[in-house]
Amino acid sequence: MHEAEAGSRAASECAGSALSWTLSDGVIELALHREPCNELGSASLVELEKFSAALESMQAEAHALIIYSKLKPGFCAGADLRELYHRSQAIGKAEAARGVRDFLERIHRVLNGIDAAPLTTIAAVHGVTFGGGFELALACDLIIADKMARFCFPELRLGLIPGFGGIPRLKRDLGNAVVRDLLLTGRSFNATKAQQIGLVSQVVGEGEVLRAARATAAQLGKFDRATATAAKKFIKPIPQEELRQEIDIFCELFARPAVQAGLRKFVESANAQPYLP
Amino acid sequence: MGVLRFAQDDKAFMNTAEQTLDEILTLAAAHFKVPRDKLRPDDDFFKTLGIDSLQTLDLLTKLENHFRVELPDYELQGVSDFRTLASRIQARL
Repeated sequence: MHEAEAGSRAASECAGSALSWTLSDGVIELALHREPCNELGSASLVELEKFSAALESMQAEAHALIIYSKLKPGFCAGADLRELYHRSQAIGKAEAARGVRDFLERIHRVLNGIDAAPLTTIAAVHGVTFGGGFELALACDLIIADKMARFCFPELRLGLIPGFGGIPRLKRDLGNAVVRDLLLTGRSFNATKAQQIGLVSQVVGEGEVLRAARATAAQLGKFDRATATAAKKFIKPIPQEELRQEIDIFCELFARPAVQAGLRKFVESANAQPYLP
Repeated sequence: MGVLRFAQDDKAFMNTAEQTLDEILTLAAAHFKVPRDKLRPDDDFFKTLGIDSLQTLDLLTKLENHFRVELPDYELQGVSDFRTLASRIQARL
């Protein structure tokens, strides 16, 4: 095989331990598959960064990106709180603070890249779509949801705010009153509610979400790519300043003892409903 | 109090508390593949169904979709038996 051809194939297809991607017929499919529910920790971040770099080389050949989960419990349960807690316990406060900021800067770069990608991005979600998983979906242009999908920003329960760009992107897409309700109560809500408030564009039957996302991606491929890219740029500005502010506020809050106590409570909980405050 | 729901023959009816409880038990049995007659109204559903936190969310979504209600999960804090769950849902019908 020619070296350039091998390089191109490597970029358009990859199987990692947390995620895999393929490019076929102009559609990139990014599958999440880290047990138990695609928690985003350092290993996932490294693979997301690798995907991000590959996306730049694949986007000339693609018109759509679909992000979905191969795992039954859901799309993504958010940040890996166990890793976050154990790492922050093992190192000093200052080092933990630096580590958290570095993690946030890196994941913001990945999500900003997906948000601004010159192709149409679709989050095909089912089951648990919480915290960082919700934020990953919010970076996409369209969210298509299985009727059993459930969304939540549980961060306030830990004494934190969402840190992967959730608040600025939620504000971009929804009315502020709804944003306040979702953030300040930390309650979860289903796909029907998500569609009612304008977050989800299609709700489909159980097990149908990937099929619906593929059908949507095929439809997107019928139109002129440059027009779609121009339209996206016009209607979906990246809230850069607020994204920066969010990182600062998150890091400020993370330094408080209440957060460590909240994380410990979550990690050590034997409660059947640890997601409840 | 209850919301009007329409049966296939377009006859309007309102759920009573007992009907709501019965529908919850039937739904839970079907979703978690447990014999319906093994479920009792005062059972602790975590134990009887053997479900974890993620499966509890599944049950919540299933119930919301079926009854077409919104159940803020903080209202279910401490609720572990089918009868109390039914009363929370009935209050939103």
